[in-house]
Amino acid sequence: MIETSDQIFVLLLHWLVSFLPAPWQPVASAVLCAAAIVCLFPALFALAVWLERKGLGRMQNRLGPNRVGPFGLLQPIADGIKSLTKEDIVPLSADAAVHFLAPVVLVVTVFMGFAVLPMGRNMVLVDLDAGLLFYFAMGASTELAVFMAGWSSRNKYSLLGAMRAVAQMISYEVVLLLSSVVVVMITGSLSLTRIVEAQNHYTWGLPHWYIFTPWGLAGFVMYAIAATAETNRSPFDLPEGESELVAGYHTEYSGFKFALFFLGEYVAMFSISGLGTTLFLGGWSAPFSFLTWVPSWIWFFSKLMLSIFVFIWLRGTLPRLRQDQLMNFAWKFVLPMCLLNLLVTGLWRFLGDGWLRWVVCSAILLLAYVGIALGEQRKKHIGPRSYRYAE
Amino acid sequence: MNLVFYLLAALTVAGGLAAMLLKNTVHCALALTVAFAGLALLYLDLDAQFAGFAQLLIYVGAVAILVVFAILLTKGSETPKDGVFSRTWLAGLAVAAAVFAVLAWSILQSVSRLTQAAKAPAVTVQQIGVALISRYVLPLEIVAVLLTVALIGAVIVAMHEKEGGAQ
Repeated sequence: MIETSDQIFVLLLHWLVSFLPAPWQPVASAVLCAAAIVCLFPALFALAVWLERKGLGRMQNRLGPNRVGPFGLLQPIADGIKSLTKEDIVPLSADAAVHFLAPVVLVVTVFMGFAVLPMGRNMVLVDLDAGLLFYFAMGASTELAVFMAGWSSRNKYSLLGAMRAVAQMISYEVVLLLSSVVVVMITGSLSLTRIVEAQNHYTWGLPHWYIFTPWGLAGFVMYAIAATAETNRSPFDLPEGESELVAGYHTEYSGFKFALFFLGEYVAMFSISGLGTTLFLGGWSAPFSFLTWVPSWIWFFSKLMLSIFVFIWLRGTLPRLRQDQLMNFAWKFVLPMCLLNLLVTGLWRFLGDGWLRWVVCSAILLLAYVGIALGEQRKKHIGPRSYRYAE
Repeated sequence: MNLVFYLLAALTVAGGLAAMLLKNTVHCALALTVAFAGLALLYLDLDAQFAGFAQLLIYVGAVAILVVFAILLTKGSETPKDGVFSRTWLAGLAVAAAVFAVLAWSILQSVSRLTQAAKAPAVTVQQIGVALISRYVLPLEIVAVLLTVALIGAVIVAMHEKEGGAQ
């Protein structure tokens, strides 16, 4: 019974595919899984849009949408109908082919990332040996779509927004990869299913998730920072800030193409949260050993929605970073901490089991964090505020 | 030599031809990206997973963006008035033909040495990692030094430009 509810989607897939002749079964299975992903994540996108608007509204002491259905739950449907029926304006001097292809390339590469995420026990679309590398390769292709959008619009604001977005994404891509390398070092494999299985063990009822280790916690924090920057979310959303650059690289897009950019951004958020869950939060494994009767896919999607909620929370709480502050932060603070984390992970592996490695690794990371932060603070000479023109 | 190979080869060659024949430089850069992606798909067709994904990550994710930035930040994005073909095209054709002849000869030599029943080796990422650390550690270290030199050089060039502008 527990086994059935855990594997219910896998059993459903096998039952549906068994109606076809044997040579067609692998292709049909892959097509059905891909169709399920393409249907599920836009539905989650609608839920996330509602959650964001309501959540941000409440954090900013206002109500958020509440007219279009009970608690505004049908608001995403209204938004969808609006975006489908709006006129699609393409500027006269815009490069028509590239302007059309940019949202297409973005959405395609973002959805490709889901192919390697294990969403439950035995529930991964393709079990690649180099799964993590595939995910990052698809993420790198996303930057090209952003550039195509900004350049093809023949608009200075779009081009500025695209350049800023690409510079930000390249800087934080380095941080993203380096903070994921520590997980690969300890697990010994690039395959995401093996990474989740390595975290699926319990000691005294508590799981072996990588976030509960010093290097895992540091790696997770840096991964979260890099993930927020990669998807251009606040506090790193200068490329698309409404008060800065009109709308950045998607200024000249209206109607359904804008909806595709919006969809691409949120689905990228889901995808990168899914990867963070797999690498650091144990993927589909339950938090306590007495909770393993709950189906694995419920745990995966709960952790995913929790990550989305944290993204929304960050957006409502922190002010936006300026472009040079953002780049300084990446190259001068987060990257050295990432490299130090690599060293600490090596120490963890070779110091042997016991309390010593916990103390040593935590001490090194804490001292480095406090030291670098205090050092940067002292260099800035922040004194009382002085006004240039008001006195 | 199956259908997938022919399709991917056609895609790669079309990307390369478009990169040469299109008038707008940014369009050429994007067509070159399609050629890179076609190469990556060819590697994946041969079951070389690491090579294929590394090709996508490095070429499409970094080199293509570098090319595009270089075109944007210089004046290259405007269509040149004198046309895109150079005046010394005959010498260029001779050199290209010579390079093609050498490459074709070496490939045909290696093909004739392989038996028909030879299967592609299944290499895992772990084997590549072990080989990099044990047998190919010297090239690895040299490449690391090269990358560090490039990084430091880029920072120095940018720093001198700022000081020159301030003076």
